[in-house]
Amino acid sequence: MAYKFFPHTDEDIRSMLNTCGAKSIDDLYSDVPSELVFKEDYDLPEAMSEIEIRQYFDYLGEQNTKLTCFMGAGCYDHYSPSVVNDIVRRSEFLTSYTPYQAEISQGTLQYIFEYQSMMAELTGMEVSNASMYDGCTATAEAMMMAVANAKKRNKVLISETVNPIVIRVVETYAKFHGVVVEKIAAEGGVTSRADFEAKIANDDVAGVIVATPNFYGILEDYTGWADLCHEHKALLIMNCVASALGVIKTPAEWGADVAVGDGQSLGIPMNFGGPYVGFLCTSKKLIRKMPGRIVGATKDADGKRTFVLTLQAREQHIRREKATSNICSNESLMALYVTIYMSLMGKKGLREVNELGYSGAHYLAEKLVKSGKFELAFPDKPFLNEFAVKTTQDIDMLQTIGALEGFNVGLKIADDTMLICVTEQRTKDEIDDLADLLIDPLPEEAENEETIEETV
Amino acid sequence: MSKIIDGLYYSESHEYVRVDGEFGYIGITDYAQHELGNVVYVDMPEVDDEVAAGEEFGAVESVKAASDLMSPVSGTVVEVNEALEDEPGLINKDAFENWIIKVELSDKGELDDLMDAEAYKAMIGE
Amino acid sequence: MNNAYYGKLIFELSKEGRCGYSLPENECADYKMQALPANLMRAEAPALPEVDELTVVRHYTNMSNNNFGVDTGFYPLGSCTMKYNPKINEDMAAHPAFTGLHPLQPMGTVDGALEVYYNLQMSLAELAGMSEFTLNPFAGAHGELTGLMIIRSYHMSRGDEKRVKIIVPDSAHGTNPASAAVCGLQVVVVKSRPDGTVDVEDLKPLLDDTIAGMMMTNPNTLGIFEHNIAEIAKLVHEAGGLMYYDGANLNPMLGKVRPGDIGFDVMHINLHKTFSTPHGGGGPGSGPVGVRKGLEQFLPNPRVVKDDMDHFFIEDGEQSLGYISGFLGNFAVMMRAYTYILTLGYNNIKNVGPLATLNANYIKESLKDCYELPIGGVCKHEFVFDGLKDKSTGVTTLDVAKRLLDYGFHSPTIYFPLLFHEALMIEPTENESKETLDGFIEVMKTIAREAKEDPEMVKSAPHNTPVRRLDDTQAALHPIVTYRELQAEAL
Repeated sequence: MAYKFFPHTDEDIRSMLNTCGAKSIDDLYSDVPSELVFKEDYDLPEAMSEIEIRQYFDYLGEQNTKLTCFMGAGCYDHYSPSVVNDIVRRSEFLTSYTPYQAEISQGTLQYIFEYQSMMAELTGMEVSNASMYDGCTATAEAMMMAVANAKKRNKVLISETVNPIVIRVVETYAKFHGVVVEKIAAEGGVTSRADFEAKIANDDVAGVIVATPNFYGILEDYTGWADLCHEHKALLIMNCVASALGVIKTPAEWGADVAVGDGQSLGIPMNFGGPYVGFLCTSKKLIRKMPGRIVGATKDADGKRTFVLTLQAREQHIRREKATSNICSNESLMALYVTIYMSLMGKKGLREVNELGYSGAHYLAEKLVKSGKFELAFPDKPFLNEFAVKTTQDIDMLQTIGALEGFNVGLKIADDTMLICVTEQRTKDEIDDLADLLIDPLPEEAENEETIEETV
Repeated sequence: MSKIIDGLYYSESHEYVRVDGEFGYIGITDYAQHELGNVVYVDMPEVDDEVAAGEEFGAVESVKAASDLMSPVSGTVVEVNEALEDEPGLINKDAFENWIIKVELSDKGELDDLMDAEAYKAMIGE
Repeated sequence: MNNAYYGKLIFELSKEGRCGYSLPENECADYKMQALPANLMRAEAPALPEVDELTVVRHYTNMSNNNFGVDTGFYPLGSCTMKYNPKINEDMAAHPAFTGLHPLQPMGTVDGALEVYYNLQMSLAELAGMSEFTLNPFAGAHGELTGLMIIRSYHMSRGDEKRVKIIVPDSAHGTNPASAAVCGLQVVVVKSRPDGTVDVEDLKPLLDDTIAGMMMTNPNTLGIFEHNIAEIAKLVHEAGGLMYYDGANLNPMLGKVRPGDIGFDVMHINLHKTFSTPHGGGGPGSGPVGVRKGLEQFLPNPRVVKDDMDHFFIEDGEQSLGYISGFLGNFAVMMRAYTYILTLGYNNIKNVGPLATLNANYIKESLKDCYELPIGGVCKHEFVFDGLKDKSTGVTTLDVAKRLLDYGFHSPTIYFPLLFHEALMIEPTENESKETLDGFIEVMKTIAREAKEDPEMVKSAPHNTPVRRLDDTQAALHPIVTYRELQAEAL
């Protein structure tokens, strides 16, 4: 049985079985009816050495194409400093469990406390939980939190300008949880105030979900929305792009009750979709309605300042079916990425990241519009580093040619509209190359036709 | 040994009712607070909420446990003990003094379904 | 782990004017963010720390020394399967050909990633005896929720709207009823018999046409195999319900039993337990959900499929329950789990369950004279003691757990399951050597002796950890959850 993960020698096994009063390991399975036992070999490959595994993943990696990324839509190609990736691999953090034994888990508890503090600063809210799976599920949790808070209401409004990827997760949770989700119409790239006013007036809404920046990258003006929500006893939930919160008006400044979103943009690699980290921040008043873990400060028996999981009586392991949520994890390790990232970037770095994205995106947008081949989908609407453009060209074709040239040109969001994002990682040269490609995708048509057909 | 007061009505889920005219003061028994340990939070209904006999109206939490509050009687909440919001530990100091809600009783007949001190004492085996 | 406590917060190291980053020059500086309307911008910069790079590195390195991981020492945490997290997993998860992929990149540029997803999904199906898996759920609890959504979707697809109840044993993890509640199902509890298994006679009257299904953990949370499983599955199926397998305790089944072969229709697996991906201090995990043949169409969107030409695609199904995640789940966690399966191969995976079971039984038999064993007989990968055998000095399970920390072991899971007052749940995993187990056994015996001879010392443990017991009552009474609040309280 000798194998690198199994320390048992034959002699060990014999002696341990002896202690157990068993003749063979099979005896320890004597309680399993024999007709239920799986007697074949698994149809899986034979054990591979590390060398073979590396070769295999190198081979698989070659099947992927690394593209210069101009795509956002909920996942952003920001730079993560070397320090982040070095520290998160420390096995004291990586291989520990949820910090239930506080005496030997202060490391995890301390950084979660820092994470909560930073997320509270970033959103302007009073409290943050210890993190959730991702931005989509965090928004769904906020939806359920609003319904639980309202007690006798089961309707939630969601703006059509929220990322559709978030909306469809919220809708799934709602369908099974018995919540009615109604959309607030989008008009010219922003949420319709008239539609919102009409729908909230029925006094049957538990919560209203809007986004900042919204799916189209637009910074919407939510002046007066919170007051109207509160007048009708509904919570205002704001889904945010974490990185943008370094500069844009915060959910707290808009008067929101709950701020949610994905923290991926704060130092977490794109990783083909995960793992990321969801954040959920709210007011102190609503802290006991908040799902997920919370770390609080306290003292130990010697009077030292220490940290501990707190308000656990809300959670599933104690409240069972009456818990605020079924969530048992927090994405601790991903929260550590975010915490170290924000420690390094600090107050000024986040602003600089946003400035670089803003400048690059506006430079690119202007260049595309000037070409006459593109127009802004929502002209005159303010955006930060992500924007929607309309074109008469075939967007699938642009994506295909882009990929051949090593570019992820952006996301197709309608037959004639695409969403483009620029982060601090994009150089002016890259932006110029992308603009050239989008404006004139087939400079020498005859030569390229063959290649395109092959790809399609 | 837990404190038990004569003249109160007791439920199987360890709530008591102290009747005062048309009103009833509802709280948890001394035995219940002892079992629960340090109370850190009391989740209470709002004034004017209706409560029904045998149904949940809130919860008491300790650090590592939570216990639903089941109303022994039906009626309308006329007052909640706001002192418990700031100092839930009052329940540990004196559970009978520190009632949780005051209810206008809608059916005094329900009291007949509850235990007296003697029966409750027997139930908790003391 | 250090015994000296490093207790600073990064905010306390901050000094105005310091900086820990470098970014390129703005080449498009003509376009200034100040052009955005002021009323859409935040009034003040967030109060984040200002720290230089070395200070950040030392801060988090020192902080990590306050922590205890599987790499630090033995971690017999019941129901959590704290097995070794192989280093090659981490290297593969950090493979640059995968980490830079955007989840919405055009098809044809992510074939390698889709192949990993597809192969892992099929490997899990083979190991569990299921037809197909989705890897989209982010964690075990998320998997449970997804699985219950599949069960409800199945009933609704047949127009059977009245099945709104789910049966859960009283020994179940708290997550089971919590997931059911999120999924809009009512929980019906079935009792356990004195031997810890589900009481079939108590189950029978619960089975009617309002039952959507039954959730079971097998072996259950006491580490006991539910030997009546075939009969239970038959009864539930006859009543029109589906059987859900909570994969929290799948580890001892590897090489021995496949849930799909013993009557389960839907299940989840915790990759962070059975398939060696690190727990990361509470996450990220991954909770793939498998279904038997005939239920695949209800799996969440998007799905990864392979065509006859061996090309991989992302597809949305019409009968699907919907979307439970933004993209395709925690992909980097899948990279680790797939690496693990390839590392072990079929020829080693089959020994995982048996060795985990041997280790658990060895500890149980070695300690049952000092600790109360409420249920005898063989256990699987874990078992439960009901506190010390001699409780006369008032030393509780909590005290024993804390004293273990002094000896350099992580504590077992305590006060779960709720069936016993002083539950102490021990799960050693297959990776631990006889020497490690003997060391643990010796210490557990020493603690039992100390409990008799010097109970006050055990009750005030730990004495040798970075910090002592914490005041969690105060933390819950007056929650201080941010640095801003901490400053105001001057704690």
